[in-house]
Amino acid sequence: MDFQAPDFAPANSEIFLLIMICVVMLADLFLGEKSRKLPFFLSLLALAGSALLTFMNFSEAPVLTFSGMFIDDILSDTLKLMIYPTVALVLIYSRSYLGARGLIRGEFFSLALFATLGMMVMVSASHLITLYLGLELLSLSLYAMVSLQRDSVIATEAATKFFVLGSLASGFLLYGMSMLYGATGSLHLVEMAGVIRSGVPDRAVLVVGLVFIVAGLSFKLSAVPFHMWAPDVYQGAPTAVTLFIGSAPKLAAFGFIMRLLVEGLGDMVADWQGMLVLLAVASMAVGNIAAIAQTNIKRMLAYSTISHMGFVLLGFVAAGVDGYSASMFYVSAYVLMTLGAFGVIMLLSREGFEADAISDFKGLNQRNPWLALIMMFVMLSMAGIPPMIGFYAKLSVLQAALAAGYLWVVVAAVMLSLIGAFYYLRIIKFMYFDESESVHPIKFASEVRLLISMNGLAVILLGMFPQMLMNFSLSAVLSGQ
Amino acid sequence: MLFGFPLISLIIWLPIIFGLAVLILGDRDLKITRWLSLSGAVVGFLVALPLLSGFDTTISSMQFVEHISWFERLNVFYHLGVDGISMPLIILNCFTTPLVIIAGWEVIQRRVSQYMGAFLIMSGIVNGVFASLDAVLFYTFWEASLIPMFIIIGIWGGPNRVYAAIKFFLYTLMGSLLMLVALIYLYQTSDGSFSIEDYHRLPLPMTAQILIFLAFLIAFAVKVPMWPVHTWLPDAHVEAPTGGSVILAAILLKLGGYGFLRFSLPIAPDASHELATLMIVLSLIAVVYIGLVALMQQDMKKLIAYSSVSHMGFVTLGFFLFNSYGLEGAMVQMISHGFISGAMFLCVGVLYDRLHSRQIADYGGVVNKMPIFAAFFMLFAMANAGLPGTSGFVGEFMVIMGAIEVNFWYAFFAALTLILGASYTLWMYKRVIFGAVANAKVENLSDIGSREFLILAILAVAVLWLGLYPSPLTEVMHVSIDNLLEHVSRSKL
Repeated sequence: MDFQAPDFAPANSEIFLLIMICVVMLADLFLGEKSRKLPFFLSLLALAGSALLTFMNFSEAPVLTFSGMFIDDILSDTLKLMIYPTVALVLIYSRSYLGARGLIRGEFFSLALFATLGMMVMVSASHLITLYLGLELLSLSLYAMVSLQRDSVIATEAATKFFVLGSLASGFLLYGMSMLYGATGSLHLVEMAGVIRSGVPDRAVLVVGLVFIVAGLSFKLSAVPFHMWAPDVYQGAPTAVTLFIGSAPKLAAFGFIMRLLVEGLGDMVADWQGMLVLLAVASMAVGNIAAIAQTNIKRMLAYSTISHMGFVLLGFVAAGVDGYSASMFYVSAYVLMTLGAFGVIMLLSREGFEADAISDFKGLNQRNPWLALIMMFVMLSMAGIPPMIGFYAKLSVLQAALAAGYLWVVVAAVMLSLIGAFYYLRIIKFMYFDESESVHPIKFASEVRLLISMNGLAVILLGMFPQMLMNFSLSAVLSGQ
Repeated sequence: MLFGFPLISLIIWLPIIFGLAVLILGDRDLKITRWLSLSGAVVGFLVALPLLSGFDTTISSMQFVEHISWFERLNVFYHLGVDGISMPLIILNCFTTPLVIIAGWEVIQRRVSQYMGAFLIMSGIVNGVFASLDAVLFYTFWEASLIPMFIIIGIWGGPNRVYAAIKFFLYTLMGSLLMLVALIYLYQTSDGSFSIEDYHRLPLPMTAQILIFLAFLIAFAVKVPMWPVHTWLPDAHVEAPTGGSVILAAILLKLGGYGFLRFSLPIAPDASHELATLMIVLSLIAVVYIGLVALMQQDMKKLIAYSSVSHMGFVTLGFFLFNSYGLEGAMVQMISHGFISGAMFLCVGVLYDRLHSRQIADYGGVVNKMPIFAAFFMLFAMANAGLPGTSGFVGEFMVIMGAIEVNFWYAFFAALTLILGASYTLWMYKRVIFGAVANAKVENLSDIGSREFLILAILAVAVLWLGLYPSPLTEVMHVSIDNLLEHVSRSKL
C-alpha cells in the first residue's frame, strides 16, 4: 500500500479558512457573552488571510489536486478574490444591525465563514462530488442563518421554505448527476466532457440528466419557474442574512454553472441553451413585472434579483467566451449593487425598527443627502442607466446575445428592463420627491460610512471605467475553457 | 486642437465639475452657492467661445477631435469631435445654462445647491451628447441626461410632478432602449466598431436599414417629440419649474433633432428616402393638428408646450425634404426655437413667480402694471408666431421654401402654421396682457427686476440678431449640411 499525500498547496486558502472557523467557534465558546468583538475581527482576519493565500497562490495554469477532484485556476482564484471582500463587506455592514437585534452571536460568523468555505469549494471543484459538497455546505449554512432569529415567526417560516425547497433542488441535482454518471461512467468533469465529446451511446439519458441539473441550478439561482422561495426568504430573513444570500452565493453559482455546464457539459451546449433561454426570458418577465406590485423593499429586491439572474443566464445562452465573460461581469456588477442596496437598508434600520417598507425611504434626501445619492446610484445602476456599472453589464450581455443571433430575446430583454426601470425609479421618487415622515437621525459608524460611500462610488466609477472588471472576467473565463 | 487643450472635454467636464462642487458645498451659504453656480455656467460658456472662433467653416469633417481608448474589450473609444451640425447646438446649450441659473436665482429657495448642481451637470452631459462620435459614449450621455431632468421635475415641479417626472423618464427610456439594440446590431455588422463615422460608411441591406431607421425613429421621435408620441411633453412642461421647462424646450428637444441628423439620415439613407413620406405626414400632422390643439389651451405653459411640438414639426419636416433649404431651415429653426421657446417659458415664469398661476383666465391687463415686461413678451410672442425680422421667421420660411420644391401641398399645410401660430400665440398674449386690469392680484403686480430684465434682454438680442442677420449661423453649418445631403443622396445598398 503506497500512500501518497496529496498536494495541499492549491487548497491552502480553504484549509486556512477551516482552521480559522474552528478558532472563531472556540473563541466564541470560551468568551461567550463577554466579547462580541473578537469573533467579528477574527472572521475578518480569516477572510484577509485566505485572500492573501489565494493571491500568493494565484496560478496562471490550472493545478489539479486531491486525485483531480479539486482545481486551482484563474477562474477559481478570481471568483474567490471577489467572494472574500463581498463577505467581509456583508459582515461589516451587518454588525450594528445584528447588534441591535441581539443576533451578533458567534454562530453568525462561523456560519457565514462555513458558507464562504462552501462557495470556495464550489468554484474550485473539478468533480461532481466536490461540486455537490461545496453546494451543500453553502446551502446548509444558509438555511441555518435564515432561522438565526429564532423567535421570529416570519424568519422561521422562511427558513422552512428555504430548507424544503432547497433540499428538493439538491435532490434534483443529485439525480441529474447520477444520470450523468450512468451515461458517461465518470464523475470527473474533464473526463465526462471527454466521453461526451467522443460520442455517448445513450444520449437520451444524458439529456434527461441535464434537465434535472438545469432544474436544480435554477432553484439555486432563483430563476423562474423555480423562484418561489426567493421572495419569502428575502423578506423573512434578517436583512443581514438577506444581504448575504443575495450577494456572494451568486458569484459561487456562476462558478458552479461554469464548471458543470461549460466545462463538464460544454458539448451539449445546444441542449442547455434551449433550456436556459426560456428560463432567462421567463425570469426577466416575472421578476420585473412582479416587482412593480411590491411594497416591501426586500421583497422587491428579491424579484429584481430574479430578473438579474435572467440576464446572467442570457450570457450563458449566448455561449462562447463573450457570453460567459459578459455573464461574469454582470454577476460582479450585480453583487456590487446588491451590497449597496441592502447596505443602505440596514443603515436605515435601527433598534426595533426595520426599514423594509418602500415608504420608509420617503424624504431620505432631506435626512441624509449622501445616503440618498448612493441609493440613487444603485437604483439607476440596477435599472441599467449609464454611466452606472449596471448599464455596461447589460450592454455586454446584450451584445453577446445579439452576436449569437438572439435578436428577439434581446428586444424582449430591453423592453422588460424598461418595465423594471419603473420600480427602481419609484424608490428614487420616494427618496427625492416625497417629504420625510421620520425624524430619527441616521447614525452609523465612520468605517461603515466610508465603506458604503466607496461602494456607491464604485457603482458609478467602475461604470465609467469598466475595462478592468471586463478583463478580469475575460481572463477568468478563458482559463475555464 | 487649439492651444493644445482638449477643448471639447473641457466644455463637457468643466460644468460637471462645477456642478459637483456646488453639490458638495451644499446649502450652508446660499450666496456662495449661487455665485459659484453662475461662475460655473459662465466659464462653461466662455470655454465654448474658442471652440467657435477656432472652428473652420470650410471643411465638413470633424474638428477638435479627441480619440482615446475607453474600454478595449468592446472597442469603445472616448471619441469626441464637432462639425457644423453639432457646433451651433453646443453653443446654444452653453448660452442657455447661465440664463437658467440666473432665472432660478431667487425663485428657488429649497435645496438650492441641488437645483443649481443639476443644471450644471445637465449642461455638461448635453454637450457630451452633441460631441460624441462613439455610439456607446453617445448613448451614455444621452441616457445620463435623463437623470438630472428627472430630479429637476420631481423635486421642484408642480403638484402633479411625480407623474410627469416618471412619464418623462419612462417614455424617453423606451425610445432609447430600442436605439441601443440598433446600435449593438450595427456593432455586429460593422465587425466590432462603435464609431458613428464607421456606421456612416457601412453598407446595409434595405430590410436592415428600415429596422434600424424605425428603432432610431422611436428614440428620436419621442425626444423631438413628434406626433403621436408627444404626450409626455405637455405634462413635463407644465409640472417642471421654469428653469426645467427652459432647458427641456431649448435644449433637450434638440437632442432628438440632432439624432436624426447624426444617425437616422446618414446611417440609413435609403430607408430615409423610402419612409420620407411617412415622416413628412407625421410632421405636418404635428404642425397643423397640434397647432389647433394649442389654440384651445387654458394653461399658458401647456400652450407653449404644444406650440413647441408644432414648431418641432417644422424641424422634422425640413429633415425629410432632402434639399438644402429644408435641412438648413430645420437647423435654423432648432436654434431659433431654442431662443424663443426658452424666452416664452421665462416670460410665463415671470408671471408665475408673482401670481402662482399659469391659467390664462387669471390674468388680464398685465400691460398696465408691467409695461417693460409686456414689451419683451410681445417681441417673443411675435417671434413665436414667425414675424419677419425675428429668428422664428427665418427657419420657417426656409423650410416652406424647401417644401415647395418638393410638393406644393406640403408647403401649403406647413404654411398654415403662420396663421395658426399667430392665432394661438397672439390670442393668448391679448388675453393675458391687454385689456383692463382683471383682478386685485394683477393690480398688485410689479414690473420685472434687473435680473429678469437682463435675461430677457439677452434673449431678445439673440432673437433679433438671428432674425436680421442669420448668415453667421448658416455659414457655420453650411458645409456640413451640404456634405450630409450629398451623403444621403448616395445609396448604401
